[in-house]
Amino acid sequence: MARRSRKANRRHPLATVLLIAIGLVVTGGGYAAFSSTTAATAETDMSSQQVIDEGEKLFASNCATCHGMSLQGTDDGPSLIGVGAASVNFQVGTGRMPLAMQGPQAMQKPVQFTDEQTAAMAAYVASISPGPAIPDASLLQADGDAANGGELFRINCAMCHNVAGAGGALTEGKYAPELTGVLATHIYEAMLTGPQNMPVFNDDNLTPEDKRDIITYLKYVENNPSPGGFELGNLGPVAEGLFAWIFGLGAIIGLMVWLTAKSN
Amino acid sequence: MAHDEVSGIDSAASDSSAVETSHRTSAGTAVIGSDVENPGEPPHRARVTDLDPAKAKHADRTVYTLFYLSIAGSIFALAAYMAFPIEDGDPVALRLNTLFIGLGSALALFGIGLAAVHWGKALMVDKEGIDVRHPVRGTDETRARAVEIFDQADKESGFGRRTLIRNSLIGAIIAFPLPGLVLFRGLGPQDQDPVELLSHTMWKKGSRLTLDPSGIPVRASDITIGSVFHIIPEGLNEREDLLEQKAKAAVLLMRLDPADLNISPEREGWSYDGIVAYSKICTHVGCPVALYEQQTHHLLCPCHQSTFDVVNEAKVIFGPAKRPLPQLPIEVDSEGYLVAQSDFHEPVGPSFWERS
Repeated sequence: MARRSRKANRRHPLATVLLIAIGLVVTGGGYAAFSSTTAATAETDMSSQQVIDEGEKLFASNCATCHGMSLQGTDDGPSLIGVGAASVNFQVGTGRMPLAMQGPQAMQKPVQFTDEQTAAMAAYVASISPGPAIPDASLLQADGDAANGGELFRINCAMCHNVAGAGGALTEGKYAPELTGVLATHIYEAMLTGPQNMPVFNDDNLTPEDKRDIITYLKYVENNPSPGGFELGNLGPVAEGLFAWIFGLGAIIGLMVWLTAKSN
Repeated sequence: MAHDEVSGIDSAASDSSAVETSHRTSAGTAVIGSDVENPGEPPHRARVTDLDPAKAKHADRTVYTLFYLSIAGSIFALAAYMAFPIEDGDPVALRLNTLFIGLGSALALFGIGLAAVHWGKALMVDKEGIDVRHPVRGTDETRARAVEIFDQADKESGFGRRTLIRNSLIGAIIAFPLPGLVLFRGLGPQDQDPVELLSHTMWKKGSRLTLDPSGIPVRASDITIGSVFHIIPEGLNEREDLLEQKAKAAVLLMRLDPADLNISPEREGWSYDGIVAYSKICTHVGCPVALYEQQTHHLLCPCHQSTFDVVNEAKVIFGPAKRPLPQLPIEVDSEGYLVAQSDFHEPVGPSFWERS
């Protein structure tokens, strides 16, 4: 029996190499796909009257029930005056809006609209009153200073979103979502507009270059494997402790049983 | 002496003396003169390796294979060290390096351990035996001889007679650790009162509120509603004791709708148009309280979930903290920058004995 379990152990190194190879291909490929999609979304002309009219129709039929026909807000939803295109692009582009139901916070859902429709609604909301615009693509390339971004992230973001961007719990069912797999545009817009319970980080607090650096840091963490081995969800001592208790202690107990059993 | 003749391996020979010893009870024995008869050892069961030479041969092979595997593991770890060098700025290289060196070393150590245990369990002689514990007390002659030796040493050295030498020796041994104690004291604050140090921070009248970590001063107009700014006092980055000062002076700056704030009469004028500044150091055990929910205006401590209500002067509404977060009184200077009116009006952070 001891022989067989040793054989299983010996397969591990190769399995890990294979896993790392698969992980690299998937993350690298995903990154390439993702950077080409960000380039594609920025093509709609936000100022054309045709786009704004299209956005007004979409708004009236999908959003106005809660936010009011002229964005003034109702008992069921906040006013959208001054929220800007960035807010619309974030809320609709991540599927948080339209809201499926009242709850502690709007959940991420499958996106309900095409990129063109989202852009049209953003153009319409921005045409009613000025507000934060959708960020320029040059700030979203994740080519800034990752070290500076890391420091800013640890000071401003890590207490809610976890130091590796794995997310975390807040009060009464609310939570800070994980930041891996989120488009750079949406990360930027979230900082700029402060969706739901997230505070606003305006350009005087974190300059556009600071925001670019933070995105660079997040993408660096996302696309580089952890030098310390398995991340275990990046949740820190809870996940690591659980792993050590179950597998570490389990192995020790198993060895102890074998050690004290009389040979047959 | 009887116990010297007891052999651990040959149990049959030592049987009588073992029984005898177990009946000799010492003062510490709880049950004296038990009626329960010593059942003796269970019958010896031979192992398959004792009965079947083929099985023994097999176990033999397993043991030396494991030792060879251990050697292979060590060589593998050496090879991995050379094959996967750590390259600057490449986490993949670092990961592969530690992974394969670790696996090789683990195989090397586990191989030795498993082989040794398997050897002992399957191949070494496994006859049961009893090592009878010999009495701890020495014979009277040994004890008398020991006393004699001590007496002789005392006489020859003069330890009891030359009292001055003896006492100075004792004094020297006592004095030796004293410098250590003083050195440890030197690790703490020397010329300052610790209570005073804990009671005050860098903030003083007119020090500007600046951004953490850049130190750029903040204008009241920079702060939009729903914002949270992480603030350090002006000049902190130039301080030599940066971390000590930051640990006390870190501040969280938030802007709320002024109509939402409930301000008590004695704190009138401590905030500016809905901008409030609170100490970031939790009053429970001093973690940085920085999880701000901008819609509920709750501030959370990540360590023990203490929750503070910013609307009601950072009152504790949940968790183990007992006191609200101290508020930093702020105002706007002539250039529009936010400045402190004074230091905090109470010590920041967790309780300490002398805190009034």
